[in-house]
Amino acid sequence: MNWNVEILARIQFAFTIAFHYIYPPLSIGLGILLVIMEGAYMRTGNVMYKHMTQFWIRIFALIFGIGVATGIVMEFEFGTNWATYSRYVGDVFGSALAAEGIFAFALESGFLGILLFGWDRVSPRVHYFSTIMVALGSMFSAVWIVVANSWQQTPAGYRIEGEGIKARAVITDFWEMVFNPSSVDRLSHTIVGAFLAGAFLVLSINAYYILKNRHVETAKASFRFALFFAAFASLLQLFTGHRSADGVSKNQPAKLAAFEGHYDSLAVADLYLFGWTNPKTQITEGVKIPNGLTFLLHQDFTTPVRGLNSFPKDEIPPVNFVFQTYHLMVAIGMALIGLSWLGVFLLWRKKLWNKKWLMLIFSWSVLLPQIGNQVGWYSAEVGRQPWVVYGLLRTSNALSKVVTENQVWFSLILFTWVYTLLFVLFIYLLNKKVRHGYDDTEGGNHEEDEVGTKRDMPFLTK
Amino acid sequence: METYLGLDLNTWWFLVLGGVLTGYAVLDGFDLGVGAIHLFWHKETSRRIALNAIGPVWDGNEVWLVIAGGVMFAGFPVVYATVFSAFYVPFMLFLTGIIFRAVAIEFRSKEPMMWWRWTWDIMFSVSSIVITLLLGLVLGNLIQGMPIDKDLEYAGNWLDFLNPYAFLIAFTTLALFMMHGSMFLLLKTEDRVFARLTVLSKNMVIFFIIMFAMTTVTTLIYIPQMAEKFRLHPTLFILPALAIFSVANIPRLIIKRRYLIAFLFSGVTITLLISLFAIGLFPNIVVSTLTPDNNITIYNAASTQLTLTNLMIVTLIGIPLVATYTTFVFWTFKGKVKKDSLIY
Repeated sequence: MNWNVEILARIQFAFTIAFHYIYPPLSIGLGILLVIMEGAYMRTGNVMYKHMTQFWIRIFALIFGIGVATGIVMEFEFGTNWATYSRYVGDVFGSALAAEGIFAFALESGFLGILLFGWDRVSPRVHYFSTIMVALGSMFSAVWIVVANSWQQTPAGYRIEGEGIKARAVITDFWEMVFNPSSVDRLSHTIVGAFLAGAFLVLSINAYYILKNRHVETAKASFRFALFFAAFASLLQLFTGHRSADGVSKNQPAKLAAFEGHYDSLAVADLYLFGWTNPKTQITEGVKIPNGLTFLLHQDFTTPVRGLNSFPKDEIPPVNFVFQTYHLMVAIGMALIGLSWLGVFLLWRKKLWNKKWLMLIFSWSVLLPQIGNQVGWYSAEVGRQPWVVYGLLRTSNALSKVVTENQVWFSLILFTWVYTLLFVLFIYLLNKKVRHGYDDTEGGNHEEDEVGTKRDMPFLTK
Repeated sequence: METYLGLDLNTWWFLVLGGVLTGYAVLDGFDLGVGAIHLFWHKETSRRIALNAIGPVWDGNEVWLVIAGGVMFAGFPVVYATVFSAFYVPFMLFLTGIIFRAVAIEFRSKEPMMWWRWTWDIMFSVSSIVITLLLGLVLGNLIQGMPIDKDLEYAGNWLDFLNPYAFLIAFTTLALFMMHGSMFLLLKTEDRVFARLTVLSKNMVIFFIIMFAMTTVTTLIYIPQMAEKFRLHPTLFILPALAIFSVANIPRLIIKRRYLIAFLFSGVTITLLISLFAIGLFPNIVVSTLTPDNNITIYNAASTQLTLTNLMIVTLIGIPLVATYTTFVFWTFKGKVKKDSLIY
């Protein structure tokens, strides 16, 4: 491989965005669960729910903190490494990013202080309101950034102004830009993916407590919330996933063909469960449902699907990479449906809690949606290559002209070290918080407990 | 070009950018200042009290940086692209500083060992200082102007950002934030920390006044385009005069124990200094040292009028909301930090 500025800058961007993307989905999913948990406390006044909420707020804060720090890096990186891209899309992308900062990010971080430190400074109602605002804020941030990204996938509501280095895309219709053909599908798919990330984090930590026989009562109640949420989200994800793929077939046929390793435009297309594709020999092998893709797209078994051969050689993404990441994502999605509905079924039959093997699976299940979200984005972003803005701007033309190889090496090495440190510390702190556990009577922090009960009395008697 | 209240959209957006940057400097300025003077405290409780004073708000304050980045990207993409890629290395160090600082705040109180807390304390303080100095360096280079070619791209060397004038501005910024941070702590602390601060804060004010005087003289002598503006419009001298006045007012307010007003005055000082800088540049944002034809201005760097209109709508709805709940959060956590409610 030729280690030029382009490849280095792409590695750096991929690395920093992939690392960043561990955190925001967790805070979106967890945000919803915080609203549910504190809602239960508001409704019942049961102090167990308060302890539950407080515990997950502490986890939320940790995740949010790292999300902010790594998010600032992302925002700067557009300018530092992708200056030509920034000039090109500033008129379009910038608006979305500014809206995100003003509406979403500020909402989230402003109210997070109250969530964490405001229990004895504001009334329970105001506290609950703040929780809702934080949850909304984290969802809004996904809205704007995914809109901007969707515009890169399926540009709409714009025209190109100027030529050569001065060329840029400018908005002609703001709402057409916002509701570009893929926005709604991709946003819903991303948000539900985030729900799954949050739900399975809660499931897995609670499953760990149940296995270790710690905080059992609180853990079960918390597990139940997350289980229903996961069951709902995993099914919904099937639907949004289908909508997304359908959209890709219409708007980005090259990407869809790469998803399934489909080359021949005259042939009907198969649907692979898993497999291997070689773009040189144009052979895709694996376990497949014959004509499955054709059926999903056209509801018949005869219509051909446009294949990779109908595109110029230099407009095709790395096929096997996209194929593998896409199929891994789909497989994980299916596994999440199976796992969460198995949990719901056993809960209904009152056989869930003593299934040690299942609790063991659940305690590791946090990794599944994380991997699913990551590889899903890989296939979406790599599948768009060689374009950074689909059909308009090539990734190789989007770089900063003044930044040299040495500079990117410097920052890449710097980020590798800093993020490694950050990740080690994240795991360390998460572990510490999990070991501390819920502030319940089973070995929690009694000091806080007393303060809590004293404060709760007026609310409870109300 | 349409105008609103006599100003065109580009000028309005320049004002928004200035406003957001001022918001960042005033809010995160005291966080960074508190960080920069962190090692002045020797007792463990003092350090924790200082940290807890910024505890509930520092994260929210940093969001202004994100907003500023978005405002610049959206309204003046050319500035965003050119400046960020020109200062590649300083911005990467800046980002590292931001991360280390956040990490240090989160981790220092998690383990009781002395070496652990000292390590994070040093990291917290050093990263606060480094962030401030890098911001000052970038600012210093923007005041002097940069070699900008006809494509509005940076045409200099990546090490050019290190120059004497930029260092002067960097240390002035550091002095400013240290003063601002000490004002904030005066407001939020009691007992031992507070007692030391009454002396320390005066020294900070003196340090800042010295730096500010040096900066003013140097700028008027060596930065012709800044001096030019003031020669053409002598009434502008009222701004530095007001800045001096508002700084000089601070020690008097400390003696009278009106700490909130003193803190507000140091905020006013920051606002005045940024206004000075903005007026000096306007209507340019980056002055080209090669030829004035290559200056990056609020017109040749801007997004379209339609986008600027959309952005103004977003801002007019968004900023009052942000201001409202920022105020609400500050009001919720008003008062002195108590020893028995330490979080960090």
